[in-house]
Amino acid sequence: MTYDTESPYHELLDEEMKSVRPIKRYLVPLLFVLVVALLSGCSDQIIVLDPKGPIGESQKDLIYIATILCLIVVVPVIVLTGIFAWRYRDKPGNNATYKPNWSHNTKLETIWWGIPVLIIIALGIVTVSYTYKLEPSKPLVSEKKPITIQVTSLDWKWLFKYPEQGIATVNYAYIPEDTPVRFQLTADSPMNSFWIPQLGGQIYAMSGMAMTLFLQADEPGEYYGSGANFTGRDFAQMTFKVHATSDAEFNDWVKEVKSSSPALTEEGYAKLAEPGSAEKQAFSSFPAGLFESIVTKYAPGGTHHQHGSADMGMPQPPDPGKQQQTASTADNHMAHSSAGH
Amino acid sequence: MLDNLKEFASEFFVTGDPLILGAQVSIALTMIAIVIVLTYFKKWRWLWTEWLTTVDHKKIGIMYIIASLLMLFRGGVDALLMRTQLAMPELNFLEAEHYNQIFTTHGVIMILFMAMPLMFGLFNIIVPLQIGARDVAYPFLNSMSFWLFFWGAMLFNMSFVIGGSPDAGWLAYPPLSELSHSPGVGQNFYIWGIQISGIGSLATGINFIVTILKMRAPGMRLMKMPMFSWSVLSSCISIIFAFPILTVTLFLLFLDRFLGAHFFTLDGGGNPMMYINLIWMWGHPEVYIVVLPAFGIFSEVVAAFSRKKLFGYASMVFAMIAISVAAFFTWAHHFFTMGSGANVNAFFAVTTMIIAIPTGVKVFNWLFTMFRGKIQFTTPMMWAIAFIPCFVVGGMTGVLLSVAPADFQFHNSYFLIAHFHQVLIGGVVFGYFAGLYYWWPKMFGFKLNEHLGKWAFWFWNIGFYVCFMPQYLLGLMGMTRRINVYDFDMGWQPLNVVSTIGAFLMGIAFLFQVWQIAHSIKFHKKDTTGDSWGVGRTLEWSIPSPAPVYNFATIPVADERDWWWEEKERREQGIQPKAIPLEPIHMPKNSAIPFIKSLCWFTAGFGFVFNWLWIAIPGLIGVAICMLVRSFQYDTDYYIQVDEIKRTEAALRGAN
Ligand code: HEM
Ligand SMILES: [Cu+2]
Ligand SMILES: [Cu+2]
Repeated sequence: MTYDTESPYHELLDEEMKSVRPIKRYLVPLLFVLVVALLSGCSDQIIVLDPKGPIGESQKDLIYIATILCLIVVVPVIVLTGIFAWRYRDKPGNNATYKPNWSHNTKLETIWWGIPVLIIIALGIVTVSYTYKLEPSKPLVSEKKPITIQVTSLDWKWLFKYPEQGIATVNYAYIPEDTPVRFQLTADSPMNSFWIPQLGGQIYAMSGMAMTLFLQADEPGEYYGSGANFTGRDFAQMTFKVHATSDAEFNDWVKEVKSSSPALTEEGYAKLAEPGSAEKQAFSSFPAGLFESIVTKYAPGGTHHQHGSADMGMPQPPDPGKQQQTASTADNHMAHSSAGH
Repeated sequence: MLDNLKEFASEFFVTGDPLILGAQVSIALTMIAIVIVLTYFKKWRWLWTEWLTTVDHKKIGIMYIIASLLMLFRGGVDALLMRTQLAMPELNFLEAEHYNQIFTTHGVIMILFMAMPLMFGLFNIIVPLQIGARDVAYPFLNSMSFWLFFWGAMLFNMSFVIGGSPDAGWLAYPPLSELSHSPGVGQNFYIWGIQISGIGSLATGINFIVTILKMRAPGMRLMKMPMFSWSVLSSCISIIFAFPILTVTLFLLFLDRFLGAHFFTLDGGGNPMMYINLIWMWGHPEVYIVVLPAFGIFSEVVAAFSRKKLFGYASMVFAMIAISVAAFFTWAHHFFTMGSGANVNAFFAVTTMIIAIPTGVKVFNWLFTMFRGKIQFTTPMMWAIAFIPCFVVGGMTGVLLSVAPADFQFHNSYFLIAHFHQVLIGGVVFGYFAGLYYWWPKMFGFKLNEHLGKWAFWFWNIGFYVCFMPQYLLGLMGMTRRINVYDFDMGWQPLNVVSTIGAFLMGIAFLFQVWQIAHSIKFHKKDTTGDSWGVGRTLEWSIPSPAPVYNFATIPVADERDWWWEEKERREQGIQPKAIPLEPIHMPKNSAIPFIKSLCWFTAGFGFVFNWLWIAIPGLIGVAICMLVRSFQYDTDYYIQVDEIKRTEAALRGAN
């Protein structure tokens, strides 16, 4: 591009040099240092950006990619706002060009329709590919067999059931590290959302359906989790810790629960489901088919209702055929939910 | 007997909380004071004839603005209470039940009873003046809209002291909002307060579309119309498609609660997910409904105070229409986490991102309107300039939220809270403030004190960033919305304290604005030019401030985009406009029916809230009678004669 002296671009550059005054020159780095200091001070607490599992890791990458793409437009706009406001202020002695009737320039307008279009195309492509890649019901690639945990949102506590181990807990969970965990989510309460930020993003837990969410912890640790969708009075109490441990420790823990905790009975469940918050609890067993009966009790006519990323029934090893079917029911979700099934 | 009465009262009135008791007492005292003042100064008749029964768009606009500022106060107090509770972990200032009510009423009030009426107030006052009309297309309906809003808002606010407030969130997702989980009357207040005012909003949408399409000055083709009027048109188009969805959705919820229907229940074949889809089919367009007029205001303000034509007029129009259409195809981005599958999420992620394109273009056009201008830093312009970086950052975090798999990590966290407050405060509120400051002299004939205005400006802006920037980080630290307590060990406390400090800075800013208005009422200098800022570009600045009842003695041929700006240049060169002969002006007569009919709606709504049909049915009968009476009224208009116009104009322009 060639510059003539009348060109807006040329003038812009000039003005930028002139308008940076000493204070401002220090202000920006100073702010930057402050922000960095603040961020590093509590960076281990910014848990979304400190993931410990493959899903959270990909989501973090995606957040960074999207942020950088957006900043391509955002930073110049903010800088230009400052420069223009300063340069064209109406002060005696300011001899900047004044062109009251200049109101159209096809070349410029094409540029700023074009740039956002390009950025959105790029971001769109990235987003769509990650959307398929990170579809929550998609099994994780691993040579280890996934373990299943059935999660129920109750008013106002979380119930975790381990169908393979035959135990259950309230408001805390153990998982073996490096093993995919297949969470099946439902609610015996208003709709909630199940979120363990350091492992990966959340998915709704809804009555009458079982949603599938695959997560995995890559290292041992204690991970914060909570309900993210408001369910009423003591919703704020619905926090829990997920302990990721070695296989051996996990098995020890299961054994201990089995030997030292009471059983969860039908009546015990009914009591647990009553509105109120709860302490951590563990149960050495739970009634067979409890999860399924919670799901089906809300489905019309008591039959099971196939839905969304719903993947119901007893735990099965991930097999490609099944996965295919899950994806296709998922596609129908909008259609059937607006039709009011 | 006495015991029965006592028991009834303790259920009817919200009791047991000193905060609420304080509020009840102060509300009662304020009402008594108002009655005493009106009686003492013998102002009842004035209030009735000049205000309550008026159909004048300018007065209706002023009433909208007063009501919305009161609601801003109420919503703001709610916000400060919540921020106080959140400042420290494990604090017990508001217990859960109370906190849940407050975030619900805060959200509803800020959006439906603060932003919407402030917006309608500006529509009312400015649009007819800007397009050269003598009133809106349907002045009677306009008054109806206002009073429906007003009584709807009153009904909603009453829940604070009578019966109990709703507490299921501002969008009242079922099953939480169903009888099974919210058996009290709070949710009924929610339904009826919003329904009654919602009908008014729909009517306003229709009214302004017709006004803009049918009542422009001769020569003003659509593509010559001022940008604010364009923004009103695009916003109203969204209103007429979006609000019926809201009305139907809430009506179905009402049927569930009142007649035991099963549209959204968990049992009986109901489906709560349908409600979530429907409410967002209204809810998403709603946020564009409130932000588009703010875009229009910025376009006017930036051009006026840069003393330069708006850059890229055609792009601006196209961008707004594109936004108002695209806004209807993005609703599912509010529940990417519902497990709708990758296809659905990918579709809604992309449609949402697409909206960023026209929005970005508008920002560039504002910037290049400033480029090579002569910028005056008056308060309206300061709000406009502060808006740009704020909205751009808010828009950017919006784009981040639209990245569906990333949203799994942002959804329902404080990241989301920070995002929508940034666009709602930085976009909508800053925009309406810019408009309010800019057109204030047009409404009242004097400017607001600039010095105090600048104090308010800086407090608002600094307060905003101090309050909401930390919340982005809190979201990334895992803090979810709608919680009233959190543990010490999450490390959320320092940032929450900072955020609360910011909220109080905004509270101080609001006090500065109150002081500014009071001070300016007392010590203002009367504007005699009509073009108070001296930089007006459009028709409204060509007439005296405040405008006479009939607005324009004669309606000019406004066939240029910046007609008044060009006209001023012509007059400077000595070219006088052709005199148009005066003619009698046809005007609508005042009517008490809108006020009374809306009061009947309020009564009916109140009856339905408590399930007292003996109140609801008479209320509905009152509504029907009002309709009948109106149908047989033929004497609804009058003429202002030429000599009266002459007298008025001479008095108004005398000092000129
Ligand atoms: C003036 C400063 C404001 C402050 C300090 C503030 C603060 C808050 C707080 C603390 C919450 C509750 C967060 C939670 O617990 O989930 C909230 C929610 C909300 N605010 Fe504001 N707010 C302000 C202004 C506004 C404005 C101007 C609007 C709209 C125009 C608005 C709309 C909302 C909405 C829709 C919600 C969500 C309510 C819900 O969760 O159901 N706020 N705000
Ligand atoms: Cu469904
Ligand atoms: Cu939206």
